Amino acid sequence: MSLSVDLNHSFPGFTLDVTFEAPSGVTVLFGHSGSGKSTVIKAVAGLLKPNAGKVVVNDRVLLDTHGRISVPVPRRRLGYVFQDGRLFPHLTVRANLTYAHRSDTKGLDRVVDLLGLGNLLERRPGALSGGEAQRVAIGRALLSDPVMLLMDEPLAALDAPRKAEILPFLDRLCSEGGVPILYVTHAVAEVARLASHLVLLENGQVLRSGPAAKLMADPVLVPHMGVRDAGALLTARVVAHHPDGLTELEAPGGRLFLPGVHRAAGDPLRVRILAQDVILSRTRPEGLSALNILEGTISALHRGGGPGVVVQLAVGGEHLLARITRRSAEAMGLAPGQTCFAVLKSVAVAQVDIAEAAPLR
Amino acid sequence: MAFLGPDEWQAVALSLKVACLAVAASLPFGLAVAMLLARGRFPGRQILNGIVHLPLILPPVVTGYVLLLGFGRRGPIGEFLENTFGVVLAFRWTGAALAAAIMAFPLMVRAMRLAIETVDPGLEEAAATLGASRLRVFLTVTLPLILPGVLAGAILAFAKAMGEFGATITFVSNIPGETRTVPSAIYAFLQVPGGEASALRLVIVSVVIAMAALLVSEVMARRVAARVAGR
Repeated sequence: MSLSVDLNHSFPGFTLDVTFEAPSGVTVLFGHSGSGKSTVIKAVAGLLKPNAGKVVVNDRVLLDTHGRISVPVPRRRLGYVFQDGRLFPHLTVRANLTYAHRSDTKGLDRVVDLLGLGNLLERRPGALSGGEAQRVAIGRALLSDPVMLLMDEPLAALDAPRKAEILPFLDRLCSEGGVPILYVTHAVAEVARLASHLVLLENGQVLRSGPAAKLMADPVLVPHMGVRDAGALLTARVVAHHPDGLTELEAPGGRLFLPGVHRAAGDPLRVRILAQDVILSRTRPEGLSALNILEGTISALHRGGGPGVVVQLAVGGEHLLARITRRSAEAMGLAPGQTCFAVLKSVAVAQVDIAEAAPLR
Repeated sequence: MAFLGPDEWQAVALSLKVACLAVAASLPFGLAVAMLLARGRFPGRQILNGIVHLPLILPPVVTGYVLLLGFGRRGPIGEFLENTFGVVLAFRWTGAALAAAIMAFPLMVRAMRLAIETVDPGLEEAAATLGASRLRVFLTVTLPLILPGVLAGAILAFAKAMGEFGATITFVSNIPGETRTVPSAIYAFLQVPGGEASALRLVIVSVVIAMAALLVSEVMARRVAARVAGR
């Protein structure tokens, strides 16, 4: 499948001019509020009529203002998950789930199982928690048998524990690789965890569009992600669980020891390492409390406007980002091509940054 | 009915018949107009709103006279109806139903419109993304959510139609057995010596019907709120 979007639209005080193409998998539209990401996803769904543009999903033209084509919303076959759920309050969970899908009970069973909805079926939406309601909303959209799933900040209205409750379900949905997903968010953690392709939006324009792992590891984009949220993704594999509570992972450039990762040995994981949590050393450090030392080669240095420098380190076939001060970079004489050691505290990696997700490439 | 004499009973039965026809015939129009006013964005929406509410503000005699001008046997609409369908409304019980329907219309539309406005349009949007046509969205999402409001509107309109006097007597007069509804009968009883007892009994019937209608429509309105909240 592929998605091709070309949109022009203006509101008073805001102009959107966006063009991007995305392969199958999970495409995340990332941007801060006011970047135009919601406008884009609504235009793809047909809930908003842009001034001009073209939207093509799987070679099917859904919108072409030149050719005067605009497929009506009900016939676009795009499942839409709204930020606020929008379950039908007068129907039970079961009736909500089957609203678009009346006959195929096998599909219902599969979705109920995937999203853990088994004991909610006879309840009314008013009796669900926010997280449960959002899981039902995702299931309802999936059961409409969509060619693509549109998710408009599905976690934004939930508090942290509810988010943590839903993310594993989203991981499963995304890594199953069945239905392609267009996902809108302003949370870098969700990008890191779910995205295979990333479209960065800023002020109504596409800043960059490309494979998520590549863009996440690009030092130039760190300010756009937010300096405290930026971090590269590593693929790792669970090797063993140690009796002291640490899980040993095999990562490019070395072993990682992280606190209790609840996955079976052999499972592939993607881990986001925040740039601000990485310490660099020119020589292999000894006598440190930090357990994780990855050896790599400096592949890029990017100086921002402030006192910081972002260093990109090639480890194995992948990349790490480290954000250090310019003073340190100069004192250490860092330059591309040098061998360098990245040091990471085990406890720095949050559970939310460890996903069972799809392979990065 | 031992409580009511034959003349009184005739008036009550006629009023019930008139009010039932008035509500049944105007319900689809009321729902359509309420949907237009609540959801529609078109030029002239305020004018439509004004026309719908006009009978509430105008003296009922004026409404009745306008009906007589339009729907009387020499009126343009009345003549057309008689020549084309053989239907005569002036001085008939069906005419009384028309007058009652028009006088009750603002109340009916208002109750339905309030119910429609409590429904989040986002739910209708969500149904559309799930592949539902406009008709299916209305039948499966909007209508079930507003159903108690629709019933409340119908009940209020029924009570109003039972009690309509000014427009009715102007348009279709006060003919026993044909257009003498409860209010007309009360008026007529008060014109003859010794009619007070009959008038009083009809007053009691009117009060009971009006109170019951108000109570039922209140309960219905509360059920709309509960449904929309998903309990």
